[in-house]
Amino acid sequence: MQPIISIKNLSKTYASGHQALQDVSLDIAEGEILALLGPNGAGKTTLISIICGIVTPSAGRVTVAGFDIIDDFRQTREMIGLVPQELTLGAFDTVWNTVSFSRGLFGKRPNPEFLRQLLRQLALFEKRESELMTLSGGMKRRVLIAKALAHEPKILFLDEPTAGVDVELRKEMWRIVERLRTAGVTIILTTHYIEEAEEIADRVGVINEGRLLLVDDKRSLMHELGKKQLEIELKERIDIMPANLVDWNLELSADGRQLTYTYDTQARTTGITMLLQAIGDAGLSLKDLKSKQSSLEEIFVDLVNLKP
Amino acid sequence: MNYHAIKVIYKFEMLRAWNTFLQTIASPVISTSLYFVVFGSAIGSRIQQVEGVSYGAFIVPGLMMLSLLTQSISNASFGIYFPRFTGTIYEVLSAPISFFEILLGYVGAAASKSLIIGGIILFTAGFFVDLSIAHPVWMLAFLVLTSITFSLLGFIIGIWADNFEKLQLIPLLVITPLVFLGGSFYSVGMLPPAWQTVTLFNPVLYLISGFRWSFFEVSDVSVGLSLFMILLFLTICIAIVWWMFRTGYRLKQ
Ligand SMILES: Nc1ncnc2c1ncn2[C@@H]1O[C@H](COP(=O)(O)OP(=O)(O)OP(=O)(O)O)[C@@H](O)[C@H]1O
Ligand SMILES: [Mg+2]
Repeated sequence: MQPIISIKNLSKTYASGHQALQDVSLDIAEGEILALLGPNGAGKTTLISIICGIVTPSAGRVTVAGFDIIDDFRQTREMIGLVPQELTLGAFDTVWNTVSFSRGLFGKRPNPEFLRQLLRQLALFEKRESELMTLSGGMKRRVLIAKALAHEPKILFLDEPTAGVDVELRKEMWRIVERLRTAGVTIILTTHYIEEAEEIADRVGVINEGRLLLVDDKRSLMHELGKKQLEIELKERIDIMPANLVDWNLELSADGRQLTYTYDTQARTTGITMLLQAIGDAGLSLKDLKSKQSSLEEIFVDLVNLKP
Repeated sequence: MNYHAIKVIYKFEMLRAWNTFLQTIASPVISTSLYFVVFGSAIGSRIQQVEGVSYGAFIVPGLMMLSLLTQSISNASFGIYFPRFTGTIYEVLSAPISFFEILLGYVGAAASKSLIIGGIILFTAGFFVDLSIAHPVWMLAFLVLTSITFSLLGFIIGIWADNFEKLQLIPLLVITPLVFLGGSFYSVGMLPPAWQTVTLFNPVLYLISGFRWSFFEVSDVSVGLSLFMILLFLTICIAIVWWMFRTGYRLKQ
């Protein structure tokens, strides 16, 4: 299937000389949820801003549903909604006016019924006549989402939708995203929170220092890069590692009661049987065994640290 | 053309004036009245007539130009600077709208507001002096051209400025002196010859002179020259705006 967004060899060097993006290529499929993960200054906002038309690219090409973002900007921008990272809202407009403004700006004829429904879905209907400056931070973020959705876009960019948002609202945001996905909207979100990507994304892209390090299906990413750890709890505490276990690279906990063995699930043999055998040979007896998969967060930290 | 977008920008900008309705209406009314009290009565009692026109009536076109110029510039510059300052400009930049359409919305609204204010001043002046307008169509043409030209200038300033100080610098340091020294409240013929020559380098003189001609058929310079000058300013402003949009100057990184 033709991707809804196709990014080819995109680079951006700001006037300051700072290269924020280096040769980024990426295809995004219609209807998927893609999470872009990366530390501060990685280039996430820059990437989104280029696709939305706020920043001009230095090199490369982006098409949306086959249209070029520069030559056919009317077609591409009509399809896109953007929720910016910062809470940028006017002060004196009412919720209703600002949402109506957004709809008109994107070339759609007024449709009060649609907007009323949108505000209801975002629990803003009661606040529709309130001035924006009287709203709480969480409400403002929802107003930004309402503005981005006011023209019924097919693609939604959420730039750190849950930064500075409490747990309750974050869960609510995830529900909103889920509902939009059901409606067929393609969603690209950036985040620092791994759990967020893990929770809602289909695919995860990792950006660092302007480079797209990888993009992969969330599950295969966790599977491929995932390491498993085996936690071995001992009946009696030990102070030093028995001689025959030294080569296993085990980690001994501070209280001397637990050994941790890290292994690669992709390896031909995990070595677990032999390890248990060796522990028995050392005269230790087991109390409990636990294995756990590394989270995206650990994968992410590994990746970012791997590259210079 | 994205007509819906032009409409909402225009409406939004007009609404901003509407929300400060009292200020929008009251300030030109009050300042016009004050000018009449100070200039019309105090000075007018000494200088009864200028080139056959009563002094009170003579200053009306200058008064209107003074407000028109300052209002056009401040409205248009604020209208585009403020969204840049708060960051809400992101929405306009990411919308399916061309720069020309952005311009129509913002400059159209600023020019409309100036025209309304010009009308209010004219109306207020009618209470103080007897006014007859010799060439109403020309008067309107000068009014519209000036409003558009200086709203464009305001727009340029609003994009160029990167702080509030710069935003107010040009109206304060350039426009106000030029208007006062451009024959708003006197005829250039009343100055010593050396100063008359200096005044000819003041672009605002041409605006006021032409505008005054449409009222009383008296002018400091020929009407054709006035019209030429105003069209020249308009062309310069359009050229600058065109260049700004071509290069994304201060709007896009
Ligand atoms: N207008 C600008 N001029 C110069 N440099 C910029 C500009 N905007 C961003 N940068 C630089 O480009 C790099 C990428 O910034 P960007 O905002 O895209 O990062 P990000 O991944 O969104 O970070 P964060 O997680 O903090 O939002 C940073 O080093 C930043 O300093
Ligand atoms: Mg960012």
